[in-house]
Amino acid sequence: MNFFLFQVYPYIALTVLALGSIARYETDPFTWKSSSSQLLRRRQLLLGSILFHVGVLIVFLGHFVGLLTPIGIFDALGIGHTFKQLLAMIVGGVAGVFALAGGVILLHRRLYDPRIRATSSFADIGILALLDLQLVLGLLTIVVSAQHLDGGEMVRFMGWTQAIFTFRTDAWLLVAEASWIFKLHIFLGLTIFVLFPFTRLVHMLSVPVRYLWRPGYQIVRSRKAHPAPAARPHPAE
Amino acid sequence: MKIRAQIGKVLNLDKCIGCHTCSITCKQVWTSRDGVEYAWFNNVETKPGIGYPKDWENQKRWRGGWERNSRGHLQPRQGAKWRILANIFANPDLPEIDDYYEPFDFDYGHLQSAPEMEHFPTARPRSKITGERIEKIEWGPNWEEILGGEFEKRSKDYNFEGIQKEIYGQFENTFMMYLPRLCEHCLNPSCAASCPSGAIYKREEDGIVLIDQEKCRGWRMCVSGCPYKKIYYNWDTGKSEKCTFCYPRIESGQPTVCSETCVGRIRYLGVMLYDADAIEKAANAENETDLYQAQLDIFLDPNDPVVQEMALADGVPQDWLEAAKRSPVWKMAMEWKVAFPLHPEYRTLPMVWYVPPLSPIKNAAEAGLIGHDREMPDVRSLRIPLRYLANLLTAGDEAPIATCLERMLAMRGYMRAKTVDGVIDEGIAERVGLTPAQIEDMYRIMALADYEDRFVIPTAHRELAEEDIMGLRGGCGFTDGNGCSDGLSKGSLFGNRRRGLTIPEAMKS
Repeated sequence: MNFFLFQVYPYIALTVLALGSIARYETDPFTWKSSSSQLLRRRQLLLGSILFHVGVLIVFLGHFVGLLTPIGIFDALGIGHTFKQLLAMIVGGVAGVFALAGGVILLHRRLYDPRIRATSSFADIGILALLDLQLVLGLLTIVVSAQHLDGGEMVRFMGWTQAIFTFRTDAWLLVAEASWIFKLHIFLGLTIFVLFPFTRLVHMLSVPVRYLWRPGYQIVRSRKAHPAPAARPHPAE
Repeated sequence: MKIRAQIGKVLNLDKCIGCHTCSITCKQVWTSRDGVEYAWFNNVETKPGIGYPKDWENQKRWRGGWERNSRGHLQPRQGAKWRILANIFANPDLPEIDDYYEPFDFDYGHLQSAPEMEHFPTARPRSKITGERIEKIEWGPNWEEILGGEFEKRSKDYNFEGIQKEIYGQFENTFMMYLPRLCEHCLNPSCAASCPSGAIYKREEDGIVLIDQEKCRGWRMCVSGCPYKKIYYNWDTGKSEKCTFCYPRIESGQPTVCSETCVGRIRYLGVMLYDADAIEKAANAENETDLYQAQLDIFLDPNDPVVQEMALADGVPQDWLEAAKRSPVWKMAMEWKVAFPLHPEYRTLPMVWYVPPLSPIKNAAEAGLIGHDREMPDVRSLRIPLRYLANLLTAGDEAPIATCLERMLAMRGYMRAKTVDGVIDEGIAERVGLTPAQIEDMYRIMALADYEDRFVIPTAHRELAEEDIMGLRGGCGFTDGNGCSDGLSKGSLFGNRRRGLTIPEAMKS
């Protein structure tokens, strides 16, 4: 069981995530969107969406850097394991509470606002509920973590993540002894990876940061095979 | 200097009868689909009024268009790029659907299927979003039709700026006009500038502004970015949509649907040549009242041989240059100066222009007097305040509007003298700075308005395009971006959804 969940399932999840997203982007780009419902109801969205997104972004970045950076780098920088674990618990905890507060507001809006409910698909409601559940589980892990502040368990999770990405076949052994809350959190996280390409979550892959360095503001498209040159001096000049 | 051509448009408000045929035909063709029931790519507003969506002209509230920042640079009024991105989770400047109206339909089927009753059956309204009963419709796409509603509410109209508006609430002094509105296909579109995905673009060949439906991610910054509120978020597909200027028709030399079906023959389409490199400077004119003239300055005279030569070198086809010489838009906007851009102060350099309407003279006694002398009435005595039209069309500068109205009155005087009295009165033409030949041309284009004078549209040169033209044979033409479909989204692995309108119980049997 542990072997399947923490050795095989991660690869299934990552494969579905990657191939599914590519397939969707290639075959049905029309469905690639954020599915904003702000037009239909502004109330609750402003607060809920900002809390949720900012919180989730911080949590996501924390997981990304915290789990994927080799432990050697933290050691070289002189960041102690206990300190790192406390940092993760406090920053992650605060951001998680933000995200959960936002997520609950959004879920309430999605379920009880007649306009939003009527225009929601099963996937829209389901994925939001799963994300909220995942946030609850994530916050519960803090309670477990608080019982041992030596950072040992955290280092094992880092080792597991990195072992998965380095294709080690004994990765699952690192988490086999962890608390069930952690295991459930990991399992649900991987499941969200699996569902990712089939839901609105894909919009996070098209974060429009390129907008910041797009030259100028305007975009002109030409159909011509040989568009005219960009600029010539004015004859009067 | 870089010369480009655009199909521009003029609407002669003096002849608009407010029949909404343009809106209806446009809706039939473009927005009779799920998610855009509330959207009218073309709508006709009665002015004065707050319009559709509510209060759209008030950019202090909606923050559409452009502004000069403290360093004198042009930036979207909703903020520089970083601020637009910072608001991506929740756009504080986005209208809610109730600012347009909640789309509704009626239970027409009930009229046919109702059992025998004591009272006549009625078709009651039902929301197109939730399918639920709407007990009372509070607002619609044309709620202020022919001065409907109280003056108190309508007088919130932004164009009353600088006018003592109270007297216009009295029946004796009231005035009204129609304002048909569509996407302006601006030279400096703030929707395109606000789009974080880069999905909105202007076409080099004909200036039409379009949204790439496959690139749009629904960040909805264009909706707030457009000061005319002519970008609509489709709540069903999650993509923004806008007026396409009926580009498949324009490409084949046909007028847009709204222009084709206009019974008042108020709409004109023609080529305008402009200097694309001068756009930014023109849009960044320091004073708002300079913007009208600044925009005129970037248009290039198609009769100038130097302009023609350079335009050819820049890739404008020869037949487009010929069309530009006969362009009714050029004549009205540049030669006679009777057409104006809508709200130039938004700094988007709009390309749908308006001829302001004449209106009855306020004082009947004065009118009689003027009739005898065949003199020009003072345009300031017309029922629609000059300042109101100036606020609408020239950022408040009354002089160009006054000249325009005088010229239109002169055209009437001149033609009345010619056809009724059999006299050619050159004095009338001279007084307004025109020649008799120009007045006769004005009469032909603006009063007679034959089809081929209204629409001078060169066809697109698809043979110059990169695309494989042979490969387009047997293609499916225009679609909503979801391949060869009928525009309705069917269920798919990736979360598309078909949602039928809730059918009332009584209708199911």
